[in-house]
Amino acid sequence: MADTAATATSETAVVTDDGIRRRDFLDIAAVSAAGIGGLAVVYPLISQMAPSKDVLAASSTEVDVSAIEPGQAIKAVFRKQPLFVRRLTGAEIQAANAVDTSSLRDPQTLEERTKEGHEDMLVTMGVCTHLGCVPLGAAEGEVKGEYGGYFCPCHGSHYDTAGRIRKGPAPANLEVPEYEFTSDTVIQVG
Amino acid sequence: MSFPWAKEYTPTNPVMRFFDEKLPLPRLVYNAVGAGYPVPRNLSYFWNFGVLAGFFLVLQIVTGVVLAMHYAANAQVAFATTEHIMRDVNWGWMMRYAHANGASFFFIVVYLHIFRGFFYSSYKAPREMIWLLGVVIFLLMMATAFMGYVLPWGQMSFWGAKVITGLFGAIPLVGEPIQVWLLGGFAPDNAALNRFFSLHFLLPFVIAGVVILHIWALHIPGSSNPTGVEVKQESDTLPFHPYYTAKDGFGLGVALILYFALVFFLPNTLGHPDNYIEANPLSTPAHIVPEWYFWPFYAILRAFTVDFLFIPAKLMGVIAMFGSILIWFFLPWLDKSPVRSGHYRPMFRKFFWFGLIPAMAVLFYCGGAPAEEPFVMLSQIATAYYFLHFLVIIPIVSQIEKPEPLPYSITEAVLGSDDKAVLGKNAKTAA
Repeated sequence: MADTAATATSETAVVTDDGIRRRDFLDIAAVSAAGIGGLAVVYPLISQMAPSKDVLAASSTEVDVSAIEPGQAIKAVFRKQPLFVRRLTGAEIQAANAVDTSSLRDPQTLEERTKEGHEDMLVTMGVCTHLGCVPLGAAEGEVKGEYGGYFCPCHGSHYDTAGRIRKGPAPANLEVPEYEFTSDTVIQVG
Repeated sequence: MSFPWAKEYTPTNPVMRFFDEKLPLPRLVYNAVGAGYPVPRNLSYFWNFGVLAGFFLVLQIVTGVVLAMHYAANAQVAFATTEHIMRDVNWGWMMRYAHANGASFFFIVVYLHIFRGFFYSSYKAPREMIWLLGVVIFLLMMATAFMGYVLPWGQMSFWGAKVITGLFGAIPLVGEPIQVWLLGGFAPDNAALNRFFSLHFLLPFVIAGVVILHIWALHIPGSSNPTGVEVKQESDTLPFHPYYTAKDGFGLGVALILYFALVFFLPNTLGHPDNYIEANPLSTPAHIVPEWYFWPFYAILRAFTVDFLFIPAKLMGVIAMFGSILIWFFLPWLDKSPVRSGHYRPMFRKFFWFGLIPAMAVLFYCGGAPAEEPFVMLSQIATAYYFLHFLVIIPIVSQIEKPEPLPYSITEAVLGSDDKAVLGKNAKTAA
């Protein structure tokens, strides 16, 4: 104890030719190790707030679409958010295809927004791309907006029969989630 | 306060000067744990545990806040959300193990901190207030730890809550209504769980507040030291930074190695398997004991098995258990010896190593053992010694003991002579 204190106060640390003391090296090594250790601790502290395993496990949903008649839509739940599945009528498909995509805010064709062989099945999130309200138009008797698709009552965004934004503040078309037909009548979303 | 030779904070860059004028926080830090705080140069590693306790308090708050993000204090789901934390939440297992073992380490370092205080009489004038605040912190820690252990809502949680609140049931006349009031029911249930969670979240911040007072009170006389001789001159001290930041840093490194060895490799060693069974009000576990850090006090509680005069055994046990800590409040006035350090007190030293420490060890062991012979009798002997030590032996020893000669100064104790090392221009002027 006595020796240590004496050494510390008289600063007799070894100095090498280039003027770097042994203690400088030890200081930098120790503080760097502590710094890296500290950063390593930050990672789990941030990561713990990301979706947990049970939330991620609920991120894949199967929907039976067999009972939907042309002109009807159903609401399902995907990742705790509404999912619209809509079987389009011939007139609605025509109306969607008649639009010049270059005139759209978010140019996309109906074909691009549906699966091959199932062009009449429009699967979109029921989440307005403006600020996240649920648009009207999926349930029987709801307002479908000026373009016959969906209408968001919060800030007046109108979507057409392909779920594309046509009028109002929303910046993009209703999102088409990742999904596939696992059979002719069942889709798996996510 | 500080010694007259303490370095003054002199900010050089304009931003820090701006801060120093408007809000002198950097100055506060500099004077508290920086180069502006002169500390006795002879502190041993026993003086690391205050900083370590502070570290573990912060660790408990950080991991605790994280756990509270994922936990639900509802008797229906509390156990399930604890398992949710273990299995589903990213790094949740680590957060929970870090928190559970963090509590154990908090107690380990605080016990060493307290025993440092016992041996070196850190409680004596002029440091009585530091000691009193320290005992308050310890009591708050016990309350916090107890309520935290209830939250996972396992079997030990439930029966711990029932038994500990049952202590209040020992109070004459009003005991039972108080117990019912504490629990918000006739047995631990949703109401108790919710209030325990609320208080378990609150109390650590109360502890942090008292810790600030504890450190504030410490900085008035400055740290004690292994000789117990007060600082007389500049050559008796070293600036806290870099000397003790480095020493505490090293101690922290060692503590963290031990701590993470437990967290990663033996995370359940200090816990009870029964707590992985969900609370069942209809079945008590066969062997019910508190967490290890309560064992000595639990042994004192159980040492009282027969009614004493008109006082029932149950009440005696409770009084003795709380009394065993409350007498610490009187220690500064029970120990009248003018010499602080146990190194210079031959009789005190013997009673410390061969009396108090073995008695505590016996109590610790018996507290974790089943309530049967020979443990009950051993607890009774150790409990008797424990109270005798503080109430009789210490006052008498402090009167009759002939202390060994003290060094003139810390410098003399360290260097063999007081003339050898003279640091700085102000040396030798402050005596």
